[in-house]
Amino acid sequence: MNQVAMPNKLLDVQNLKQYFHPGQENEVRAVDNVSFHIYEGETFGLVGESGCGKSTTGRSIIRLYHPTDGEIYFNGEDISKLKGKKNMQQFRRDIQMIYQDPYASLNPRMKVQDIIAEGIDIHGLAESDADRNQQVNDLLELVGLDKSHATRYPHEFSGGQRQRIGIARALAVQPRFIICDEPISALDVSIQAQVVNLLQELQRKKNLTYLFIAHDLSMVKYISDRIGVMHFGKLVEVGTSEEVYRFGLHPYTESLLSAIPLPDPDYERNRRRVTYQAPKEDGKERSLKEIASGHYIYCSDDEVPFYQKKLEQKKRQ
Amino acid sequence: MKKILEVDDLHISFDTFAGKVQAIRGVSFDLYKGETLAIVGESGSGKSVTTRTIMRLLANNGHIDQGKILFKGEDLVHKTEREMQKIRGKEIAMIFQDPMTSLDPTMNIGNQVAESLRKHKKVSKKEALASALELLKLVGIPNAEQRLKNYPHQFSGGQRQRIVIAIALICYPEILIADEPTTALDVTIQAQIIELMKEIQQKIQTSIIFITHDLGVVANVADRVAVMYGGRIIEVGTSDEIFYHPQHPYTWGLLSSMPTLEMEENELYAIPGSPPDLLDPPKGDAFYPRNEYALKIDTLEAPPFFEVSPTHQAATWLLAPHAPKVTPPKEIVRRWRLYEQKTGLKQTALN
Amino acid sequence: MEQTQLNVKQFSADSFEPLIHAERESREKIVAPSLTFLQDSWRRLKKNKGAVISLFILIAVAVIAFGSIWVSPHDPTKQNVKYINLPPKIPGVSLDGFNGTALIGGQRVDKYAQANVPEQVHFYLGTDGLGRDLLSRLLMGTRVSLIIAIIAALLDLSIGVTYGMISGMKGGKVDNVMQRVLEVLSGIPNLVVMILMLTIFEPGMTSIILAMIVTGWITMARIVRAQALKIKDQEYVMAARTLGESSSKIALKHVLPNISGVIIVQMMFSIPSAIFFEAFLGFIGLGLRPPAASLGTLLNEGYKTFRFLPHLMWAPAITLSVIMVCFNLLADGLRDAFDPKMKD
Repeated sequence: MNQVAMPNKLLDVQNLKQYFHPGQENEVRAVDNVSFHIYEGETFGLVGESGCGKSTTGRSIIRLYHPTDGEIYFNGEDISKLKGKKNMQQFRRDIQMIYQDPYASLNPRMKVQDIIAEGIDIHGLAESDADRNQQVNDLLELVGLDKSHATRYPHEFSGGQRQRIGIARALAVQPRFIICDEPISALDVSIQAQVVNLLQELQRKKNLTYLFIAHDLSMVKYISDRIGVMHFGKLVEVGTSEEVYRFGLHPYTESLLSAIPLPDPDYERNRRRVTYQAPKEDGKERSLKEIASGHYIYCSDDEVPFYQKKLEQKKRQ
Repeated sequence: MKKILEVDDLHISFDTFAGKVQAIRGVSFDLYKGETLAIVGESGSGKSVTTRTIMRLLANNGHIDQGKILFKGEDLVHKTEREMQKIRGKEIAMIFQDPMTSLDPTMNIGNQVAESLRKHKKVSKKEALASALELLKLVGIPNAEQRLKNYPHQFSGGQRQRIVIAIALICYPEILIADEPTTALDVTIQAQIIELMKEIQQKIQTSIIFITHDLGVVANVADRVAVMYGGRIIEVGTSDEIFYHPQHPYTWGLLSSMPTLEMEENELYAIPGSPPDLLDPPKGDAFYPRNEYALKIDTLEAPPFFEVSPTHQAATWLLAPHAPKVTPPKEIVRRWRLYEQKTGLKQTALN
Repeated sequence: MEQTQLNVKQFSADSFEPLIHAERESREKIVAPSLTFLQDSWRRLKKNKGAVISLFILIAVAVIAFGSIWVSPHDPTKQNVKYINLPPKIPGVSLDGFNGTALIGGQRVDKYAQANVPEQVHFYLGTDGLGRDLLSRLLMGTRVSLIIAIIAALLDLSIGVTYGMISGMKGGKVDNVMQRVLEVLSGIPNLVVMILMLTIFEPGMTSIILAMIVTGWITMARIVRAQALKIKDQEYVMAARTLGESSSKIALKHVLPNISGVIIVQMMFSIPSAIFFEAFLGFIGLGLRPPAASLGTLLNEGYKTFRFLPHLMWAPAITLSVIMVCFNLLADGLRDAFDPKMKD
């Protein structure tokens, strides 16, 4: 992160609520009053276990769902209430998404060149067929594939190759912001690193901003500048990745951190797991509160000193 | 230690429209009483096929072309389906990845756990249910007495996997094959299940073959590790040997491609390329097209196992006497140094 | 390990030099041949002997039936009182039953000679009670059945697919209303619709087709809706939406191609039931009016004299059965061919 100039908040999510079947008996509060922001050019990691609402958050931001309440500012403009085809079209170019399942995210009946060129066709970004082919070939090369692959079908590729095709499709419309929705969790270890490296390389080349959604905390820590930890639709901790990973304060973050297995037998022999017990309902009003500079915890006002003390203790160790 | 299972030079192929896929190309390993052997590899490396073959659960188009699977002195390759049914579940049990699809949604869990016991041992329904209850308590299902009559959908994902484990263990099998048992679970649940499996292994002294692609999990559970690539085992050793003193460039690549605490940004090592297509496996070492340390001989001849220690073998020509000295990736050097500290064995390759 | 020693000596020292990698293409190369969806399905269909034979039989039947518009052995509607109830006579075949003779009072009698049929005139399947050539009428009837089959398929494709697609893609309230409409429609028995039609129209093709328009496409609509709902949640559809693709384009580009297999299979299964529906109407006298013929009306006429002139019923019955069995076998084969889970 660039500390010299005040970094530009590219995305600012405020009090986002995404309820399904609101007001009905089966109401699900998938995302409940979540606020965070992402600076231009950084990677913000969103971690949590399945069902915590991290993917829903991503989908609400990219407007696959209509947010129940709250504001989403992209580059200063509230996109949560964006209407009209013209406004939407520009927004659809600015924000793109990379999906989890490399087998379900590519239409099996389309050739690779048509998959990648889908955005080019929709937004009319190619002047001619030759230009379209050229763009597709450039994109294939950008993600490390060969142009001879353009006429093949998705099922002929391996998982890592498919994921790269998905990345090329997202890049075709020249987005500024990409939501990576668990882009590596379905891939093999050796391929995960390829995709992560590719994402970082593209970030540098194209000055992209990422929202990186994943459940693998060690990979999120590696790729992200800042991390948000989600639990049951709420953001419980936000901070720089170093800070969250080394001095995670919220009990849920602590339990999550203590559960990650690392490829190191000595570490594993000594790892002690912390179990998270949700606090009893005590009627206190809780929200994200800044404990230290840039480090936020979901807590009540009177818990702030407690967490500040905890942070101090952890840093001293 | 007592050898309980011996797999010897197994070759398995699958017939497909495009030709013969040589999924397993000469796999040999031993399993000792009470140990956990982890088989690590990417999808398509043959780890699941190998264990399914031990259970004789190969798909219809799969064939065992060659090899032996010796269990208690008998070759499982030549057993009939009827004979295998007596072994499956009773002496060798299996846990699959997805706990939802391996449970019968229409049968209550008490009966599901008791079923296998009633099939293999002549016990009354009451006795079987009593054992089932005991085991469900052992795997940590809360209020097990009340929940015997519950159906799978009434349990959470982690609890379901506990039930699956209970089913697998009801006959106290000699071997438990766990095929990615925690991949579908969240990290906190995964940690619980692994702790449970280790605890139970202590209690009933079963041997476990643990298949996974997650090296973190391996570091936690395994006594010994076998790394598979392209239908072969390429390195096998104790957990410490594989994690701190790896020899095969593929193992190097795997270990370096996972972020560690110390790792700075832009340092992640990625093995280039994609896994081999076993329809047309490369001549020589299957890994050479992706191997930055490949030698010319890798393209000609698959390397044999070279012995690093009595418990540690690796199939790479880098260990041959004529081979040039290479310096492994940074992360591996770090691990070798740790090994040096741990064992006091000087790592000549580092100097 | 013993074998290690042996192996190493075989190779010269220079084979232990580092390998310089050529290009990344070799790492990313794809070995398996490139197959499109249709090639892949055809490859699997070819393996199913029953389905392939059925396909060829159906093609042959269709060619002959429609060819008979121009080349018919006789005029199917021309009555000839002199030539009534003649048995089959095939030139060069002397088998009883196919040589123009019939058993009368325990004696084989050449009916053709009795009726003074000229030597070169043959009725391959005999004639009916009005002296019309059965083969020609059979071909005419088969043609009607095949036309019904085509109409059923077109209705499935036009109304059924469109209705199901709109219902599935729109979802929510629209889907709810459209599904209730379907339930009401499917609650009315076909026969009732047909009888209602007859109060307004003459019995014949028009009323049969109208009855089919009311209810013939409902199963297809339901299946397409269910499939659309499933495909709609796939990540590639989400990707198209985030790229700004319109709903109608998504339906055409992403959903339709991916359910085409299911649609074709369902169409093939609905065809035999449509053919049977028409035959059934013909048989109970609600179908075509003479002199037009369908397999159903031929059966109706044939069964009345089955005891004495069995060929009049055998011929249409066998034809109907063969067509229906072939469509069912073909549909079955197509289902397996399109089902990716059967991939081997």
